[in-house]
Amino acid sequence: MTLAGRAAARHRGVSRPLALLALAALPGAVLGVFFVLPVSGMVARGFWTDGAFDPGGVAEVLGRPRVHRVLWFTVWSASAATAIAVVLGLPAAYALHRLEFPGRRLVRAALLVPFVLPTVVVGVAFRELLGESGPLGGLGLDGTPWAILAGLVFFNAAVVIRTVGAAWEGLDSRPAEAAAALGAGPWRVFRTVTLPTLRPAIASAASVVFLFCATSFGVVLTLGGLRYASVETEIYLLTTNLLDLQAAAALSVLQIVVVVGLLLVSARLRAIPDAAVRRLPARPHRPRRSDLPQLAATALLLALVAGPIATLVAGSLRTDDGWGLAHYRALDEPGGALLVPVTDALATSLRTAVDATWMALLLGGLVALVVTRRSRGRAERRLRGLLDGFFMLPLGVSAVTLGFGFLITLDRPPLHLRDSALLVPLAQALVALPLVVRTLVPVLGGVDDRLRQAAASLGAGPARSVLTVDLPVVWRPLLAAGGFAFAASLGEFGATAFLARDEAPTLPVVIFRLIGHPGAMNYGMALAASVVLAALTAGVMLLVERLRVPSVGGF
Amino acid sequence: MRPRARLQFTTTVLAAALSLGLGSLSGCSLGGGDDAAEDHEGHEVVLVTHESFHLPEELVAQWERETGHALVVRAAGDAGSLTNKLVLTKDNPTGDVVFGIDNTFASRALDEGVFAPYTPADRPAGVERFDLPDDAGRTLTPVDNASVCVNVDTTWFADKGIAVPTTLDDLVKPAYRDLFVTPGAATSSPGMAFLLATIAEYGEAWPDYWTRLIGNGAKLTEGWSDAYEVDFTQGGGEGARPIVLSYDSSPAFTLAEDGSSTTAALLDTCFRQVEYAGVLAGAENPAGAKKLVDFLLSPEVQAALPESMYVFPVAADTPLPEDWARHAVQPTAPLSVAPEQIDANRDAWLREWSDLTTR
Repeated sequence: MTLAGRAAARHRGVSRPLALLALAALPGAVLGVFFVLPVSGMVARGFWTDGAFDPGGVAEVLGRPRVHRVLWFTVWSASAATAIAVVLGLPAAYALHRLEFPGRRLVRAALLVPFVLPTVVVGVAFRELLGESGPLGGLGLDGTPWAILAGLVFFNAAVVIRTVGAAWEGLDSRPAEAAAALGAGPWRVFRTVTLPTLRPAIASAASVVFLFCATSFGVVLTLGGLRYASVETEIYLLTTNLLDLQAAAALSVLQIVVVVGLLLVSARLRAIPDAAVRRLPARPHRPRRSDLPQLAATALLLALVAGPIATLVAGSLRTDDGWGLAHYRALDEPGGALLVPVTDALATSLRTAVDATWMALLLGGLVALVVTRRSRGRAERRLRGLLDGFFMLPLGVSAVTLGFGFLITLDRPPLHLRDSALLVPLAQALVALPLVVRTLVPVLGGVDDRLRQAAASLGAGPARSVLTVDLPVVWRPLLAAGGFAFAASLGEFGATAFLARDEAPTLPVVIFRLIGHPGAMNYGMALAASVVLAALTAGVMLLVERLRVPSVGGF
Repeated sequence: MRPRARLQFTTTVLAAALSLGLGSLSGCSLGGGDDAAEDHEGHEVVLVTHESFHLPEELVAQWERETGHALVVRAAGDAGSLTNKLVLTKDNPTGDVVFGIDNTFASRALDEGVFAPYTPADRPAGVERFDLPDDAGRTLTPVDNASVCVNVDTTWFADKGIAVPTTLDDLVKPAYRDLFVTPGAATSSPGMAFLLATIAEYGEAWPDYWTRLIGNGAKLTEGWSDAYEVDFTQGGGEGARPIVLSYDSSPAFTLAEDGSSTTAALLDTCFRQVEYAGVLAGAENPAGAKKLVDFLLSPEVQAALPESMYVFPVAADTPLPEDWARHAVQPTAPLSVAPEQIDANRDAWLREWSDLTTR
């Protein structure tokens, strides 16, 4: 590096904490106003009854046997579902990111579809499949915890595949090759070389999946036949039905404590990869006989996803007189249970998703930047870890608490925002934010800085160095994160349904409405609209896959 | 070497590019639709309601033309969360007028002082039948009603040669084992209405009835659509159970090709839900709010209710759509529980019900 460059570096070194603070300011402020404030507002209502501070009442709630049951079921179901998602997702990540076979991208995109479908749709599809008169009714799964687990895995396996797959794809192949050359069998290579390198990505994926499972709402109620209650469903009942804010606050605090604990554990497991390691990613190869187990796991996941979706497609095509497209043709007509034609709702969904996506990418990108800068000293590293976990929190807090919190805390200037049109995309962006952060952090942390130094010493200016070094590494994950966020926003229902909206409902809201009214036409249209949503999502994800230029990664 | 500095610089450039690029993209999507509202500054009426609210566009447009007000609808959640939202925001309400509070939640909202008194000047005949006993139309105006009733698939029973059940007692008989599906009381408003129907019928002994009902293989689902569309034999998904909890209007939606209905509502099992409208205390536009309540009782809106919200009008002599007139029979003497009794006991009843039905 030149002398001038070195001086500049020293100068920047001084202002470094300030620069980091500036980068963290925007996401911090957004999270403060739209998350911390509303949630603490609701929790405070529970702690202060009739104007008097009454923590004893809250503590009393935690002693109820029902609360213990609810907590146990939440932890049990989320842990089991996460374990299954990882066990199936890991081999699938290998098969879909390290093997080369026809239709690989299509399968990858297809597996991501469930993740973004609204639960109300998936619930109906699953129950048609597993219910008493469904094709799999004989298994007797309907209303059991196994159905809940299947539903949770259905939703979340894609998170494991995407997160771990991205890491696996960029993995240096030489240590594994060296181990193999030294006589280690494939399993031993995997266990001693590959797995430890993938651990950060796995921990990352598992923590996200756990949070999604622990806060899932529709799956537990719909597939469990009301026999099981999780912390999330309990908070919903207490807040929207019984208005027992004290008990709701107790459970919310419990939820936050558990989530924070989990985030701390997962942050410890998850190390940001050392950027100074040079990598030589392996080219995907054709499947060999030894890849059969991985392909089998992929096929199993594909079947789990295809089953309910096939039910949806079949249902949407079944009309009064045999099979046809009548339900699809009805989608652009107003009338019946609908405020607006489904096509209008689709347009609203797309617009909202664009807003949610840029918000999530902007905030998530900044957070990822701050989190991945190399820390000086333990205190700074710990601070970054906390910051990282802080932005994961929205995943672990009930949407109901947040929604009611908006109403009571954002109701006066300067924060008179509860009726703002931006609230819906913002809420969706908060939901997608952890996804973006978790996608970007491993990648940004893994950028080898010596490449930039090499570019600089060869005379490239900062802009050129960004174009030739950073962009090729970052643009794909950035697009993937954007696609993720976009798709998640398209299918988001919990927060959207809760927020007051004008006459412009999103597609999932319209589907919910259609499915909630009698009449074969309404039901058929709900399924048709769900298929459109699923196809759109698959299309978005396929597009993201297509953008992968083959020459990238060939160095 | 200080490689970090350059990294930091480049990433900052990336971040800036990111913000700029994405920010400019947003120009095409943000803030659409605000212009129309600006024109009506000061004449806006904000209606807070639940997610099932819907009226024909032409009617609303006509009302806006005639009154000079612009209607802004804030619809979200169900009747329960609507009520609780009103209670939580009563010091600083989110709108001027509310529609969709029902008789199972009304007394909570009334007790909390959410509403300002208002009675429309000339209420159509028949509305008084639906007034809340204590309120008698002083603050809450009935707009529509629908009864939650057990429905049966008459074709299924005819095919099997089994007699159609008619009462709540029948549902616990061995002949109807594993045939009934109902949404749960804790998660569904028709489910809650059914629980209230059993409380009205059996009084203190309702837990015993529910034990026998579950013992006879009754299936519980999260919501109405789950029970009706997935498990009911006449639902969209063609399920396996021919007895379902639904509404008195449902038979109008299961018509065979010859025009007859394949289902029937059991009129001795019904609990009537009435939906009310009211002016919110602290409304910014109380005059507009009152006009909107009047509008909801107008002959045009009353006639539009069945097809837009799947409910019956409260004004007597409102013409019904043909299918409704022929197939949707309303109970003459539905089961009922006093609203204040519901409010006082909801929590305890739901807890006991949950303990009975959760294993």
